[in-house]
Amino acid sequence: MSAAAPASRSLSDPSPGDPSLHDPSVGDPIDVEAVRRDFPILHQRVHGKPLVYLDNAASSQRPRAVIEAISRYYEHDHANVHRGVHALSQRATDAYEGARESVRRFINARETKEIVYVRGTTEAINLVAQSYARPRLKPGDEILISALEHHANIVPWQLVCEQTGATLKVIPITPAGEVDFPAYERLIGPRTRLLALAHVSNALGTIVPVEKFIAVAKRHGVPVLLDGAQAVPHAVIDVQALDCDFYCFSGHKMLGPTGIGVLYGRRALLEAMPPWQGGGDMILTVTFEKTTYNQLPWKFEAGTPHISGAIGLGAAITYLEGIGMARIAQRERELLDHATARMTQVPGLRIIGTSAHKAAVVSFALEGIHPHDIGTILDTEGVAIRTGHHCAMPVMDYFKVPALEEIDRLIDALDHTRAVLG
Amino acid sequence: MDLKDLYRDVIVDHNRNPRNYGRLAPADAQAEGHNPLCGDRLTVYVSLDDERIREVRFEGSGCAISVASASLLTEAVKGKSKAEVHALFDVVHALLTQQDANIDAAQLGKLAALSGVREFPARVKCASLCWHTLNAALERAGEPVTTE
Repeated sequence: MSAAAPASRSLSDPSPGDPSLHDPSVGDPIDVEAVRRDFPILHQRVHGKPLVYLDNAASSQRPRAVIEAISRYYEHDHANVHRGVHALSQRATDAYEGARESVRRFINARETKEIVYVRGTTEAINLVAQSYARPRLKPGDEILISALEHHANIVPWQLVCEQTGATLKVIPITPAGEVDFPAYERLIGPRTRLLALAHVSNALGTIVPVEKFIAVAKRHGVPVLLDGAQAVPHAVIDVQALDCDFYCFSGHKMLGPTGIGVLYGRRALLEAMPPWQGGGDMILTVTFEKTTYNQLPWKFEAGTPHISGAIGLGAAITYLEGIGMARIAQRERELLDHATARMTQVPGLRIIGTSAHKAAVVSFALEGIHPHDIGTILDTEGVAIRTGHHCAMPVMDYFKVPALEEIDRLIDALDHTRAVLG
Repeated sequence: MDLKDLYRDVIVDHNRNPRNYGRLAPADAQAEGHNPLCGDRLTVYVSLDDERIREVRFEGSGCAISVASASLLTEAVKGKSKAEVHALFDVVHALLTQQDANIDAAQLGKLAALSGVREFPARVKCASLCWHTLNAALERAGEPVTTE
């Protein structure tokens, strides 16, 4: 889809053969050191040790290009958008809407009317739950999600079920951390009103083969929302090829700012949905008797938006496209293979989530040692990881953890953990 | 910031072999404590003679700091009155949170091993969870408390 991506490859289509060999079709390997130099925050020591940032699944860091785009906007171009006739307002509007076109191109939406700016994936899902689902749901209707969803793809549906009397159904997962497809085929039925599914699991790294889930949903006439927060940074996403109805993602997980995200929605669905927040910018005319709503996508963007966030997101997309999503995916496979191989050798370490199709996220448990202790001890070694409730530790995710040597630093720090608490 | 300040031998020992671990039945009161941030979850049981703690036990799961702190707590509060427990908690809380606290180490005994926690602010809740839970057990049986 994108001219900048040398090869188009979806998440569900990993390259066959030995993944340690570089696939020539994706272009030259990434210059890891050059990429690392682009991230100012990585050039620091934590507790006296060079920082190893492995918490990208929670939030990625920003390249200088993104930081500078935001600074440049505030230093030269800031004004409110869609309002003034003066030069600054025009420049701000052009930059804000230009970023929307970048987003459209990045996920291959048909038109920018289908790209709604939101605060992040969470707000995108809440918007669909309240504006699409709530007016349609009746008691006895069903929303279908899976057992590996992030809280953001669970709680909004629980809320709307409470509001409407609908029922939330959960597709179970297998011990490997895959969504149970036969169970899904049994659960979907005439009462199903929406399927809401993660594209990539944030906790386990599982790549859900959403294409075959969507094909079944289409046969039942069920619209599909994908939570793409963990998928968008890792591979080429094409919402037309996926044939999904809604696709949600966040800027901060893909090198962009916090507080900005995207709801992609099929135009016909978005047009039929009522606004979910009222205010400025989402209206055409207002009288006390009658208000006419603005066109898409502004109908869903009440109030002064996160202009600098959108501009930063556009800069992040330009940066990612400059490297090429296919090369990023290739590099991530190398990192995942190296991490899996090294971590499997750590005594007492169990990797959680062993699907054959995984993004570069590794969760693990260390026998007899609580994740909180591991997190503290690794931190003193300068290694930043995520420690979570269910021993779920999305360890590393992404080429911004560029060096294989950084995985080795993690392994050394884990050995140290065992020495301290063993 | 030295890891050995946090994971002292006493802490590592009490994590590996927690004292007074397991259910107390019958108990005069019990309370459940939960730290939703990291999933630490423990139950503290107490039996009283008049106003004094005759028996105290705990069970649950958590990180090394929370388990060791609960284990040390059970040793420290046995035989103490409610008022003495509250006074001791005030001292432990100062130990966990104040850099320049003027603390009588003799009063704390083995609990002084928790002093390294104050260098790791993210872990203070781990060490204090059992104390909040004991307070809840002493004040009112049953209702869960959290660190939030």
